[in-house]
Amino acid sequence: MSFDPVFSFGTVAAAALIGLGFSHAIDGMYPQPRGPAVLTEMVTLAPGSFDHPQPGEFLRDNHPAAAPVAKETIETPLEIMRFQVTASDYDRCVLDGTCKPADANLAGYVPVTGVSFLDAQAYANWLSARTGETWRLPTDVEWAYAAGERFHADIEGGDGDSADPARRWLTQYRTEAALGRKPDPEPRSLGAFGANSKGVADIAGNVWEWTATCYAHATMSSDSTLIASSISNCGVHVVEGFHRTYMSNFIRDGKSGGCAVGTPPDNLGFRLVHERGGFLQAALRRLGLT
Amino acid sequence: MLTRREALLGSVLTAAAVAAIGSTPAMAAVTDVAELPREKVTLVAPPFVHAHDQVAKSGPKIVEFTMKIEEKPMVIDADGTQLNAMTYNGSIPGPLMVVHEGDYLELTLINPDTNTLAHNIDFHAATGGLGGGALTLINPGEQVTLRFKATRSGTFVYHCAPGGAMIPWHVVSGMSGAVMVLPRDGLRDEKGKPVRYDRIYYIGENDFYIPRDEQGKFKKYDSAGDNYDDTVKVMRGLVPTHVVFNGNAGSLTGENAMKAKVGETVLIVHSQANRDTRPHLIGGHGDFVWEHGKFGNPPAKDLETWFIRGGSAGAALYAFRQPGVYAYVNHNLIEAVELGATAHFTVDGKWDDDLMMQVEPPKAIAS
Ligand SMILES: [Cu+2]
Repeated sequence: MSFDPVFSFGTVAAAALIGLGFSHAIDGMYPQPRGPAVLTEMVTLAPGSFDHPQPGEFLRDNHPAAAPVAKETIETPLEIMRFQVTASDYDRCVLDGTCKPADANLAGYVPVTGVSFLDAQAYANWLSARTGETWRLPTDVEWAYAAGERFHADIEGGDGDSADPARRWLTQYRTEAALGRKPDPEPRSLGAFGANSKGVADIAGNVWEWTATCYAHATMSSDSTLIASSISNCGVHVVEGFHRTYMSNFIRDGKSGGCAVGTPPDNLGFRLVHERGGFLQAALRRLGLT
Repeated sequence: MLTRREALLGSVLTAAAVAAIGSTPAMAAVTDVAELPREKVTLVAPPFVHAHDQVAKSGPKIVEFTMKIEEKPMVIDADGTQLNAMTYNGSIPGPLMVVHEGDYLELTLINPDTNTLAHNIDFHAATGGLGGGALTLINPGEQVTLRFKATRSGTFVYHCAPGGAMIPWHVVSGMSGAVMVLPRDGLRDEKGKPVRYDRIYYIGENDFYIPRDEQGKFKKYDSAGDNYDDTVKVMRGLVPTHVVFNGNAGSLTGENAMKAKVGETVLIVHSQANRDTRPHLIGGHGDFVWEHGKFGNPPAKDLETWFIRGGSAGAALYAFRQPGVYAYVNHNLIEAVELGATAHFTVDGKWDDDLMMQVEPPKAIAS
């Protein structure tokens, strides 16, 4: 395992400059536009372990069960964007003819919104090709790690009652209703929701974020939280924010595609992870060769 | 496609969600159901209906059906306009399932991994669990079995309802069908006298919303997901581009026209999962019409046109008295003629001059 030794847990470690010929200066939380390139501030998180409620739907003994909590480990430093991808960053990809224009008509240093999983992926691919580096959506585990104390799992209905499936539906419905979150549709400028203890900004604000993790139906063995079998549906991906939810890849408007009882995602956006070592190493890592 | 947390009806319900998967709580709850006789029925594509008894020959049973969900492109008009269809069992509408009141309908729903979306089924004939929608949400590669008791008789819509914005989109992509729950002792007229049918046809009416390009031509998409954004925009206008019977503007005409003979009684079941319609048999009538489709109510008699509410299925019984070609239409004639909602019956038999004759053929106006 080799990695860049420059990192520090929870604070900014590296400011990565993406794009072309551009000053390294960063002042404060709001990078200013200076010419055609993209400046992306990164946060590098030290490796670590944490307990994580798994995403998806779970069955035990043929009835729904609460999501099992598993110990997850981030083994190498995780380099993730401090802010969500901005409307102006995304526009460069649109101008390049690669990305589809976002549904939201916002410009400048606000998060891009009105983008689907497919759009987010297209942007990551474009950025990777543009920079010769590997940029990708974080997995659910990586996002949760970066979100730290601001991570919220699914609105949980708890273990199902085999004699009464309705009980779980009512529990979940009431839990969600009780959250009482009001719609907050207008995206704010970068950093408006502040940073978490790890220095990552705007986590769980009013822009939900796409991840690379597929929705799954999993069956647990009856006596443990181990997953016996799982069927994933990669037409639907995990979306993170005020709570974790699941959306079809092509949904761009979280309100119509979204959750329930007053807590649908206000907006859909994303941030990316930067893979160290570029394409080759990333490919090797995916194949489990490093 | 899904998703579990996608709200029903614009963010009201998370339930569709939740339970999903292969949970079959009914199994555990009702012990004596297990003792009931079982019958396995193979479904047939509309307008045809699987063989069934009009009067039940024995006590309640469990009637088993299997449907495979197929996502595939389908042509919906003579110009070759393509819908990225989502179907129950490969047809639009899905097949009609017939049981008797007091029977248990047990459906195994299969979502093959060649599909891309999550689907489920909401039976208007079923009680609780969002009509079964809450217990049947399946990803590609999964199957689920649901059983419900047919507690009331009538014709009832079923449709896909996988949460939030997915619901109307799946329905206008073709995912609806109907169940007919017959009274155990069969159909009765308004005086309680038994009535029978010699033939039954099932017509599912669909409104489609196909996006157009800059030139006004209908657009074609590689997959359902690709059309979603554009289609929703057309859907929100509430003006369908197509209103058709059985999935295609000409599906029940020509070679495929429905057939009957003079003297035969035909039961026409008509469903519309999304939008109101008003069937009319040109040159015929509805002898007995269950406009709401519910056989616990006496049928209306001698109707000229009947009204099927969006989200319901109705039934009309008619004995053909005259041979010829009959058009069966949605009597908004713009929808019938311009948008596609026309079917035909060809009826063989002997013409009855008493009912109609041309006393004098057309000729110059006598002055
Ligand atoms: Cu569906």
